[in-house]
Amino acid sequence: MPDAGCWGPEPGADALLLTAWNALAEVMDPEIPVLSVVDLGVVRSVAREMDGRVAVTVTPTYSGCPATGVIVLDVETALARAGLDAVVRVVIAPPWTTDWISETGRAKLAEVGIVPPPASGKRSLTAPEESIACPLCGSTDTAQISRFGSTACKALHRCNACLEPFDVFKCH
Amino acid sequence: MAPTKEQTRDGSEGHRMSNDTQQALFGYALRLGDTSLVLGHRLSEWCGHAPELEEDIALTNVALDLVGHARLWLAYAGEVEGKGRDEDRLAYRRDVFDYRNHLLVEQPNRDFGHTIVRQFLHDSWAVELYDRLTASTDATLAGIAAKAVKEVRYHVRHSADWLIRLGDGTAVSHAKVQDALDRLWPYTGEMFESDAASATLAAAGIAPDPVELRAAWNARIADVLAEATLSRPADGWMQKGGLRGEHSEHLGFLLAEMQFLPRAYPDATW
Repeated sequence: MPDAGCWGPEPGADALLLTAWNALAEVMDPEIPVLSVVDLGVVRSVAREMDGRVAVTVTPTYSGCPATGVIVLDVETALARAGLDAVVRVVIAPPWTTDWISETGRAKLAEVGIVPPPASGKRSLTAPEESIACPLCGSTDTAQISRFGSTACKALHRCNACLEPFDVFKCH
Repeated sequence: MAPTKEQTRDGSEGHRMSNDTQQALFGYALRLGDTSLVLGHRLSEWCGHAPELEEDIALTNVALDLVGHARLWLAYAGEVEGKGRDEDRLAYRRDVFDYRNHLLVEQPNRDFGHTIVRQFLHDSWAVELYDRLTASTDATLAGIAAKAVKEVRYHVRHSADWLIRLGDGTAVSHAKVQDALDRLWPYTGEMFESDAASATLAAAGIAPDPVELRAAWNARIADVLAEATLSRPADGWMQKGGLRGEHSEHLGFLLAEMQFLPRAYPDATW
């Protein structure tokens, strides 16, 4: 499996695969319902099995994310509703990264006031966090309140200018 | 735990290995799974009780990651064993003597400082181990480690931050974490203990010899303790036995709570 994002059908995909991708684009993440599972980057591949069935491979964001089971169920339901006899598989390698969130996904996060994750890269364990602009007033005078926020994938910050708290999608 | 879906992992080609290696790998996956599960359960005991809301959320988030790692390790242990035991069966239907976790992680939470010291000692070991396991010749171990190491790197930042804040904090917070460090230190030796099984796995390139982690662990401990103005206890008598199923009295109480539901209603599904 490629170590890169995967957000839609490859050129030349047949009608069944297109149907599957369209169905997946309608499945929203249960904890951040503005993002589809495709935008979140948890759909890793959509392909045809030897027996002709559609096989969808998904990967969890965090190892213990309670939404993973719901996502698999929602994906199965959406594919069945689209009339597909599909098989859904879960893989953990290569590990999910926030770099796999699509550009559309990042824009949608920003729209609802969640700061999209900074690009990943090797960083020292003790390096300070980079400064993050407030999604409400734009000030960069912000501080982290907690490394752990409302879901496994977010941290909680506060703006010192407008005093509003806000979520930041953690770089992962 | 929710029922698992069909799981496949890239690069798995079935298990064509000698009986010794298979047995060692089963035991190794159990050790990692049990250590993650017991620590995850300990942290979940803070839910609703942490000193502040943010830490309540933080500790339970870390717990969630650890229980996630436990599921992956135990599911793999069951697969390697090949006797039809799944992650739930391994987690809920084994008693104390069959658990293979480090003694460190079963020690009770006591106060917040004590919990943070225990976490930091563990995280500093786990980050070094998982980092090396990503190069395992066993594709599944490598895959789980690559997933887990990203989360553990985040955990160790959190526990190190708090240790520095408490150690270099007030006289009371300093005394409490120094006391916790002295109390927990005898449980750290076990993390670097080698035995026949770890030698078999090291020879096959499946897992590093536990002793190899020691230098990097020492270096991280020294850095953080210095910044936290804490003293490193002397390496004296080290408690051992967890890896062979000889546990402190605390594990039985933990399992009694964790296993109550599946023991009372053996085939319940939810």
